[in-house]
Amino acid sequence: MTRVLITGNQAAAWGARLARAEYVPVFPITPQTEIIETLAGWIDHDEFDCRMVMLESEHSMITAAGAAAATGVRVFTATSSQGLMYAMEMLYSVPGMRAPFVLVNVSRGLQTPLTLEPDHNDVLAARDSGFLQVHCATCQEVLDQTLIAYRLAEHHKVRLPVLVNLDGFYLSFTREPVEIPEPAAVDRFLPGYDAETTRFHAGEPVSQGVAVLGSSPYSYFRYENHLAALQGLPAYEAIAAEFAAQFGRDYAAVETYRSDDAEFVLFMIGSFATKAKDAVDRMREAGWRVGLVRPRLLRPYPDAALRGALAGKRGVAVVDQNLSLGKGGILHGELASVLYGQPDAPPILASFIGGLGGRDIGPEEFFEMIRVVRQAAETGITPPPRLLFTKNELREVRKMQAIAHIERKEGKS
Amino acid sequence: MYRIRFHGRGGQGMKTASRLLGTAFFLAGYQVQDAPRYGAERRGAPIFAFVRAAKGPIFERGVIREPDLVIVADDSLVPVPLAGVLQGAGPRTVMLLNTGDDAETWRHRLNYPGTLLTLPAEAADRAELRFVGATCAGAAARLLGVIPRETLVAALHQELAAHGEQVIQRNLDQALAAFDAMAEHAGCVGEGTAVGLDRAPAPAWVELPVDPADAAAAAIHAGATSVEVRTGLWRILRPVIDYERCNHCWWVCSEFCPDSAIKVVAGRPEIDYDHCKGCMICVAQCPPHAIAAVPERQFSEAKP
Repeated sequence: MTRVLITGNQAAAWGARLARAEYVPVFPITPQTEIIETLAGWIDHDEFDCRMVMLESEHSMITAAGAAAATGVRVFTATSSQGLMYAMEMLYSVPGMRAPFVLVNVSRGLQTPLTLEPDHNDVLAARDSGFLQVHCATCQEVLDQTLIAYRLAEHHKVRLPVLVNLDGFYLSFTREPVEIPEPAAVDRFLPGYDAETTRFHAGEPVSQGVAVLGSSPYSYFRYENHLAALQGLPAYEAIAAEFAAQFGRDYAAVETYRSDDAEFVLFMIGSFATKAKDAVDRMREAGWRVGLVRPRLLRPYPDAALRGALAGKRGVAVVDQNLSLGKGGILHGELASVLYGQPDAPPILASFIGGLGGRDIGPEEFFEMIRVVRQAAETGITPPPRLLFTKNELREVRKMQAIAHIERKEGKS
Repeated sequence: MYRIRFHGRGGQGMKTASRLLGTAFFLAGYQVQDAPRYGAERRGAPIFAFVRAAKGPIFERGVIREPDLVIVADDSLVPVPLAGVLQGAGPRTVMLLNTGDDAETWRHRLNYPGTLLTLPAEAADRAELRFVGATCAGAAARLLGVIPRETLVAALHQELAAHGEQVIQRNLDQALAAFDAMAEHAGCVGEGTAVGLDRAPAPAWVELPVDPADAAAAAIHAGATSVEVRTGLWRILRPVIDYERCNHCWWVCSEFCPDSAIKVVAGRPEIDYDHCKGCMICVAQCPPHAIAAVPERQFSEAKP
């Protein structure tokens, strides 16, 4: 075991290397490209034995990943943002082949307008695809979850692709100390891929992803896919427990931080959650009973663990780093659906939209969110959704618009 | 926790500086987080990189708001608003400028509230001037005072291993010269504290109004706005054509210029210095070697 300073992208590449991925179809896109550059470098220097193929798009890349997984080899691939969008048709197609592989997504906001910085609208667009979804908060978690993801994907009762998500810039280009486990130890945790019946060979032809003419078989196949995804929950817990026993790092489906005796809780996913931890520490210093609840697993959704973690709380601030246009925060709606009607459910579930396009969330904003939720708990009135956006930010946008307005007038003359 | 920001231009080695310092902290037993920050990577455009180091776990992420130390590799960035060099610099922030002017001049110009030091820009080897990452990291290590000289050396060997002995030696010389030059200010940078409830005024959140579609669409209405952006300001070296040597082939330099900044007027190539970023591709491509690379500073000094 060595402890090194590496980026989240390099941590993902280490995950693929230690998992002994055999086939890696790729296509470059910022901020993910460093993953495939790292793998390519290792392949070039004979440090990693694997077949890497550059496809002509992410659509073909996911097709190749699914097809290769169906032949019974261990497959790794990675993308980001617009790339994930371009692959969307195949993202919804390949899970039905029940051929497991791992896809790392480096989160980056979607256009329009175009940005390079992170939020979760890209990965949440893949929410209903059949890919299981794991969200990371540190570079160490990226490496470890990639290993866990292979066990989960290849689990006998699951057999589905798994998407491991890390935030662009905040993890992808940020170096942190990461323990790289010994290959032999990883081999014990994650032995070679057992393809089971997934063996598509030239001599044994299979028609994958066939058409069904009639709604009953369609319902059957889709629901079977859903049931398999649900099997991922107990499978994940068992695999994570095994990982913790072997490597000493605990990745329960739901992370709770100082939330056991908390009255108010921050709820969020991804790397910004460590900023929330810092804010929780500051509020605890001031005597506020505050904690953090962070689901690592988003598909399958850890219903029971979340109900347990939030039972009896006076209020929850749900911080969505995404926006369903015309609805609001996606995590907020999802959480409400599992808490509604539960006897111990928190009476206040307030929605905050923040961190869109990598917009920072300052400590003073975490403090204020808790103040808002506390106030709501006292009055019993849930506040309307709140965008984290300040007067100064609006002033800056107005300046840009003033310039655009002059340009428009000049353009017409 | 120590919070350090390096500001420079793409290609000057600010990411390298942050990694050298990050690794030095790491080898000295610290928890570390380091990262570069830029939009689309471009040589010459303002970038910054940052390092956080602490004895305990680091939960903070992203841009450093209240730096303990700010190092500026290129003094032309100070007045560029986009570069954000002065962002969050308070009375306890140490600022180190790589500049030809003296510290007193800068303190006066900026009415700077904290300690402002300068790293005299080397004039010895102009070709090396652009790459100041090792110099910045060496100076930072000494100002912080918690990184021993041999740890800096080890970090440099580790980070630059892939580049070979010659590059390592050159960078070592620069880093150690800067480390030694900062001796009298050793340890002048202190650890900052986290922002607690006591010094965090409530954010002034606003409700966004419903704006008309034409105002709320992200559009640029004027044509050819790139002409207005004087990317020539990014240049560190200026290509200068010696028309005595130029064989007026009219094609090579203008064709290779990635910014279309060389126009051929009546068989004679002319460089548009408002938009030449100083990549020096024309210097490398010119068949009769008629284009020289001249440090930009020589032109600014020549001005009255």
